[in-house]
Amino acid sequence: MLLSGWGGTSPSRAEVRHPFDDADVVAAVRERPSRGVVARGLGRAYGDAAQNSGGLVLDATAMRGVRHLDADRGRATVAAGTSLDDLMRWLLPAGFFLVTPGTRSVTVGGAIASDIHGKGHHADGTFGSNVRALTLVDGTGTERRLTPEDTPEEFWATTGGMGLTGVITEAEIDLIPVETSVIRADTERASDLDDLMARMDARDDEYRYSVAWIDCLATGRSTGRGILDRGDHARLEDLKPARRTNPRAFDPHAVISAPPIFPSGLVNRWTVRAFNELWFRKSPKRSEGHLVDIGWFFHPLDLITGWNRLYGPRGFVQYQFVVPFGQERAVQTAVERLSLAGAPSLLAVLKRFGPANPAPLSFPQPGWTLALDIPVGDPTLPNLLDGLDDLVLDAGGRVYLAKDARVRPEHLAAMYPRLDEWREVRHRLDPDGVLRSDLARRLGL
Amino acid sequence: MQDALGGVQTVLVLGGGSDLGLATARRFVDDRATTVILAGRDPGAMAEGADSLRRAGARRVEVEAFDALERGSHAAFVERCWAEYGDIDLVLVAFGVLGDQDVAEHDADAALAIIDANFTGAVSVLIPLIDRMRSQGHGTVVVLSSVAGERARRSNFVYGSSKAGLDAFCQGMGDALVGTGVRMMIVRPGFVHSKMTEGLDPAPLATTPEAVADAIVEGLAKGREIVWVPAALRGVMSGLRHVPRPVFRRLPV
Repeated sequence: MLLSGWGGTSPSRAEVRHPFDDADVVAAVRERPSRGVVARGLGRAYGDAAQNSGGLVLDATAMRGVRHLDADRGRATVAAGTSLDDLMRWLLPAGFFLVTPGTRSVTVGGAIASDIHGKGHHADGTFGSNVRALTLVDGTGTERRLTPEDTPEEFWATTGGMGLTGVITEAEIDLIPVETSVIRADTERASDLDDLMARMDARDDEYRYSVAWIDCLATGRSTGRGILDRGDHARLEDLKPARRTNPRAFDPHAVISAPPIFPSGLVNRWTVRAFNELWFRKSPKRSEGHLVDIGWFFHPLDLITGWNRLYGPRGFVQYQFVVPFGQERAVQTAVERLSLAGAPSLLAVLKRFGPANPAPLSFPQPGWTLALDIPVGDPTLPNLLDGLDDLVLDAGGRVYLAKDARVRPEHLAAMYPRLDEWREVRHRLDPDGVLRSDLARRLGL
Repeated sequence: MQDALGGVQTVLVLGGGSDLGLATARRFVDDRATTVILAGRDPGAMAEGADSLRRAGARRVEVEAFDALERGSHAAFVERCWAEYGDIDLVLVAFGVLGDQDVAEHDADAALAIIDANFTGAVSVLIPLIDRMRSQGHGTVVVLSSVAGERARRSNFVYGSSKAGLDAFCQGMGDALVGTGVRMMIVRPGFVHSKMTEGLDPAPLATTPEAVADAIVEGLAKGREIVWVPAALRGVMSGLRHVPRPVFRRLPV
């Protein structure tokens, strides 16, 4: 089967199997396929992380369900192929939420392997920071239970380990108790990037969730103008009386599905400029305390099934980097270069990260992260992004492997200085190199 | 592995002594290719090209003997390449001969030599090579065809017919490869100033090996199946296709 990441670039063919339980995973790994094996969830990694050309790919989505809920401790044991969408539908009515990225279409296994983050990173850390234990079928086909206390090296090498230490089959995760499925949100517009970053610096810590959208095509005095969305879980008393009877209702639906008919080139600097202008203007200059459903606040793109098809058959890349606090200049320069190049980024997102966790390949570190979707096809794009890599490296930052589809392998060790430490643990868990992916091949991981 | 923007890491050039092959390899090295294998009839003649790629920053450049006419050796050649270099992301088929039309018109052996080099020899190596790429599950094959294969011309139809055969074979193969992770891209340059065309009068819209290399890199980034160099030839040839033969054979092309 031909597999690609969410960006739709560099597809490769692999044999795909659907394990139903841990025994199926153990059996598949013990077969030691000649070109290796890797797990795949819902295919939302943008690049080639869940592809294994010529080898075996284990689609984990048939391993699904909550196996245990400890409501007193707010902890759930879930099968690794369970999607966050399912988890939220099941757990929110029971009063629990979890660390979520910008989409619910990711599996728990994928969330751990990419150590994903969301708008709450500065408060709650990554998804992996909230995992208390996990079950891993390692490269020898041995099942192991890993915890941050008993097996810290293996646990943290697996968290953010891009699926290369083994196949995660189950996880125990800490949940976030909530009274409602509603967010009390504040929105404000910022006239340029300085203004935006200053607002985030000043008051991000007062909110559990915070993210900003940037108009990367705005030029001149408006360069980097944006909209800042921040919020907290609404309390029961925040809701209108009518809503209080069923405060944790959660049943979001996609409004529309993007059919696979869009040509490459539809997302271009003119359409994006028009969209960005509208998006900026439709947002209130300032609005405080408005109530929005969790789905709308966190996962607006889930309203359009298959939105990646808007980019046409050529696909797109997502470029996401982080630079430490104090390197705001690098973010400025990046936004200026993108604006000058006219790189049409529909969804540029800026966020302040909180503290890092102990995982050697985990992406988030204290600082600023900027994420952009850019359509593939412009011949100047490779140079533009290579230049941004250099900028990020000089600032002591890194790019996000779960999004990457093009970074130069020689940059990896500088971006992830603990790479060798990770490799050592990986070698213990997979001494014969059975776990392989296209990402691992491309980057020599 | 090939990356999202068409960048490749390991490149095999069949016809590594050709100006086109070398110019294209150079472009890949300038981007991010680290390993280049130049394969051709005369390894000694490729040493200088290999050095230039090393100077350009390639970490590993190797020279391999490959002769399109030695069909019996092709399968073993392909196996050796994969055993020695691991996954190969991109193969550029850049070998070929122009031949002497005036001789070939009257001498069957001379005509067959052109066809064997450009068509039969290419088919013979493409089949094991593409099989190997299919089991690898990814990869790109770039084949240099020619506008001469688009419509037979009085002045070089032996060469033209060999490229027409190659082009048709590769179009079909490209369709067969859909869903395998392997891509085929056909390149149809017009007249290219190179060793092969030295001393000939350039045709209109003549181009250079570097321009062909640029067009190949851009075509890969854009996911093209057929690339014309220069791009204007696509329109020109689609017009010329419909010119009645009595007129066409009088055209100075």
